[in-house]
Amino acid sequence: MLIPTASQTVGPFFAVGLTRPELADLTHAGKAKGEAIVIEGQVRDGEGAPVPDAMLEIWQANAAGKYAHPEDRQEKPADANFVGFGRVFTDRQGRYRFVTIRPGAVPGCGNALQAPHIAMTVFARGLLKHLVTRIYFADLAAANEADPVLSAIDDPAARQTLLAKPVNSTPSAYRFDVVLQGEGETAFFDV
Amino acid sequence: MVDVTGYRREKPGNHPPNDYPGYSSTAKRAPKRLPIRLEHTLTETTGPTFAGGWEGPNQADLTRAGRGEPIGERIIVAGRVLDEDGRPVPGTLVELWQANAAGRYLHDGDQHDAPLDPNFPGKGHVVTDAEGGYRFLTIKAGAYPWRNSYNAWRPQHLHFSVFGPAFATRLVTQMYFPGDPLLPLDPIFNSTADTEARRRLISTYDPELSQAEYALGYRFDIVLRGRGATPMET
Ligand SMILES: [Fe+2]
Repeated sequence: MLIPTASQTVGPFFAVGLTRPELADLTHAGKAKGEAIVIEGQVRDGEGAPVPDAMLEIWQANAAGKYAHPEDRQEKPADANFVGFGRVFTDRQGRYRFVTIRPGAVPGCGNALQAPHIAMTVFARGLLKHLVTRIYFADLAAANEADPVLSAIDDPAARQTLLAKPVNSTPSAYRFDVVLQGEGETAFFDV
Repeated sequence: MVDVTGYRREKPGNHPPNDYPGYSSTAKRAPKRLPIRLEHTLTETTGPTFAGGWEGPNQADLTRAGRGEPIGERIIVAGRVLDEDGRPVPGTLVELWQANAAGRYLHDGDQHDAPLDPNFPGKGHVVTDAEGGYRFLTIKAGAYPWRNSYNAWRPQHLHFSVFGPAFATRLVTQMYFPGDPLLPLDPIFNSTADTEARRRLISTYDPELSQAEYALGYRFDIVLRGRGATPMET
């Protein structure tokens, strides 16, 4: 067996090579099927200060709950206009914004259906390895209640950090803040 | 019912911990709580593919981005993206960014008092071929100072971003050069506990890869985590 290549921090200058503004809009300029939604929020550090140099990536299923990947063999419709991958950088106030499609539900371990969710990775100076979290939708209470990943988290406060809160706006927007450390620390996953 | 074969778990020491006091930026940014173990589902075993070409045509030659030739030592950096079992990872996106030969990034936040090179933006990307291979022509990045501690300098390095076949295989790393005297002093390089794992971050000089009277060749293979045992294999 080969030893895997170790992670190293993305550093402060990743914009040099990783800038892809088109990846902030996953809807392919509105052509993707489904309900367009906005996911927005702020990244903060252990002192509550905004993190102005973070990169966030998201990965999600299409509106029907199918991933654009050869290993998703579910008999659900694919969407040629939806890749399901996004990338943004935080601004000076630590804020970020994605436009995407509300994901459908996908199966989890065994036969349990997972609540609709979006996987997120966080990269920044000061993070030697990227962090992984999940965005769930606070207004899908019944689905979240039955979700095997959420319900395995004992601490209700930690579970709360994974719920994106609806914001009154059109299209539907959700606020999802990422707290790297300390009070209100986001629940991160070992994947 | 969807059968999912997960990816192998990390072994201790193969990756750096996020809480690493030697790297001062970790102090306010590393989570205090342990991450929650997540059994892989379809969400983690799938990930972006590049068959649709959304990433755009390859930019493998970083020396042709300006009107003239960049200053510095021309190098060829090539290798393969593999998994832990040595299987090639074809069709995956490899992104590269770096400082110029003087150790300066084309970035507003870089205040290092060294010249910018109008002919060197310092970025490229390629999708790996059927054997997992990639190849860049670039300039050897210069060492640069940083404020981690008094008179600290980063070893010469290139930044790499690699996707692999799944969300679970995502990797951002840095490639170093053999014999760099700054390596033993660098907390980012040394944050990985395992000696062999650290060695994997250092490219090897490869005379076969060098191009006579033109560029020096450095080989850098990138190994992503492998697939866990399937029921068939146990
Ligand atoms: Fe760097």
